[in-house]
Amino acid sequence: MKIATVCGMGFGTSMMLAMQVRDILADEGVQASVDPVDLGSFKSMQADVVIAPRDMESQVTAGPAEHVVLIDNLVDRDEVSSKVLELLRSLAD
Amino acid sequence: MTATPDPVPSPELLGTRIAATDWTDAVRAAGQLLVDAGRCTTGYVEAMQDAVRDLGPYMVVAPGVAMPHARPESGVLAPGVAIVTLASPVAFGHAANDPVDLVIAFAAIDKDAHLATLQRIVSLIQDDATLGALRSAPDETTAAAILRDHHDPALNPSRSQQ
Repeated sequence: MKIATVCGMGFGTSMMLAMQVRDILADEGVQASVDPVDLGSFKSMQADVVIAPRDMESQVTAGPAEHVVLIDNLVDRDEVSSKVLELLRSLAD
Repeated sequence: MTATPDPVPSPELLGTRIAATDWTDAVRAAGQLLVDAGRCTTGYVEAMQDAVRDLGPYMVVAPGVAMPHARPESGVLAPGVAIVTLASPVAFGHAANDPVDLVIAFAAIDKDAHLATLQRIVSLIQDDATLGALRSAPDETTAAAILRDHHDPALNPSRSQQ
């Protein structure tokens, strides 16, 4: 599975998200690549899942990823974790 | 080689109870600390404001906390983090996390050092007790002491773990 975390510049927010998502996936024993990218790179990349700040909803839903996860509080481990795990469960069904 | 990440922000990169009229003013206040400390150009401060304007207020990463930044090539001279608390909160236009009373601006160059810095910023924002103390810190010296305790609790065993 290929996961993109997206923000405007690919240098701050998306990296903060990527660090947390990698930790969560490692805890769950899930194999996936997690790449922080800027919005422009995201539009031309291959990704199964995109995780982004909710503010970027309209930009990322128009992108290439089939599954979209939107985060309100980008450092809330519980929010990021519950949304990522919910997605993984839905993919496993 | 990799630049050494800033240790704890030193007092000159902290501002407490700063009066800001709006979000651009709040970003400018934090950015000016970076400029005064030789970490970036004034162009970088403008680039941080442009980034919020052009890319949206997603840099308000948590309730009340904005993390303005721009690209390294926009005028970073040396890595640095500036933390400013506001006398009165300002709106950035974020649907969930407004209003903002804590601004953490950073200038980054080297990717590895930057990751370590981001990790420190995340752990700071996740620490409600430290953020609360920081928000009520009356001056920069107090704020610096609070950050020192947060980053190295072993140095201050009397501080209770939340």
